[in-house]
Amino acid sequence: MAAAGQEQTVSEYIVHHLTNLTYGKLPEGFERYDGETVAAGGQWAFAHGADEISAMGFNAIHVDSLAWSIGLGVIFCALFRWVAVRTSADTPSGLINFVEMIVEFIDTQVKDTFHGNNKLIAPLSLTIFVWVFLMNLMDLIPVDVVPELMLLAGVEYQKIVPSTDPNITMGMAIGVFVLMLFYSIKVKGFGFVRELTMNPFNHWAFIPVNLFMEVVGLLAKPFSLGLRLFGNMYAGEMIFILIAALFSAGFIWLLPAALLQVGWAIFHILVITLQAFIFMVLTIVYLSMAHEDH
Amino acid sequence: MNINLTIIGQILAFIAFVAFCMRYVWPPILAAMEERQQKIADGLAAADRASHDLELAQKEAVDRLVEAKKEAASIVESANKRAATVVDEAKVAAVAEADRVKELAIAEVEREKAQAKEQLLTQVSTLAIAGAEKVLAAEIDADKHAVLLQQLVKEQ
Repeated sequence: MAAAGQEQTVSEYIVHHLTNLTYGKLPEGFERYDGETVAAGGQWAFAHGADEISAMGFNAIHVDSLAWSIGLGVIFCALFRWVAVRTSADTPSGLINFVEMIVEFIDTQVKDTFHGNNKLIAPLSLTIFVWVFLMNLMDLIPVDVVPELMLLAGVEYQKIVPSTDPNITMGMAIGVFVLMLFYSIKVKGFGFVRELTMNPFNHWAFIPVNLFMEVVGLLAKPFSLGLRLFGNMYAGEMIFILIAALFSAGFIWLLPAALLQVGWAIFHILVITLQAFIFMVLTIVYLSMAHEDH
Repeated sequence: MNINLTIIGQILAFIAFVAFCMRYVWPPILAAMEERQQKIADGLAAADRASHDLELAQKEAVDRLVEAKKEAASIVESANKRAATVVDEAKVAAVAEADRVKELAIAEVEREKAQAKEQLLTQVSTLAIAGAEKVLAAEIDADKHAVLLQQLVKEQ
């Protein structure tokens, strides 16, 4: 357990694990944890504690989420680029085989669902699937390992599963949403407006009702996409943290906690793959709907 | 669980990774896979073609073999026929030769027989004359009768 000097309660432990390493701008006049007052014009600093994070508001960056997310994305790109350079029509082997298996799997999924001709969808799906999977995979690393190491290195907070951060999942969902809007307008043109206003009641008097319903339906898509992934991963991470907290409950709890840890981790292998798959499939489905003219 | 600038950063990272994947990852891998698929399809087609060719070749080989056997049989048959005729011809020639030799021999024998006869006749005449000469030596004039006998021989 993370013991930052003094004794820590379980709820403090959990809160500590759920706090991002945040770098942001503190507003002018804010009194920091050590009693200092922020000078005029504000101050960019690493947040210490929940008060400072909430004081930063929107002007903050979750350094850990973003670093792990980009780091994993770079790993994905490097790995697949490495294979892309080496693959050829000759007999593939080892890692190349594995990567090609993933590529073929994605290609099949895209071809099954998306019937238009769009060179973006397949690479987009591959990126989403592998990247989200890698981000989810961080969940299987025991919850204390990296934060404790980081603590030794002097970093106060560390949340290593980017997909338990709504910024990360919603960031991707918004990216997909923008693509949905772009292709809806590009493919359907004015038909997109008609779809928003003349559905499901095809009468001019119902335009406000239709518009309301369709816009809600449209906006629900990115939220369902991003929040589903976030919710699942956040809940899974929370349970890992609770199990980890159980280890400190006493000697008698060691074995049950270990069994729970192993059981939940094995179950989570399924969850992380499934969530990555769902995010990808929904992306394909939404973009496919954006391409279909009724 | 605050929404903050992280979301912007994530959107930018998302765009960058998708763009990278779209440009440098997906096309080469898929191209290689499609090329391999084509190669395998070609290979299978070639194998099919080859087995078909093999079948044709085997059929042709069998045909040729049958033809060759037939030809060989006909050659043997004609050779046999030819051998028979040669033997016949040789037999005929031999018989003819034998006949010729026999005829020659007979002619020779005839000739020698005639010669011997003539000789014998001459000797017999001579002997007869000698005998007669001895018997008639005293009384018969040899010169006179010799002329008569010579005339007789010549008449014969």
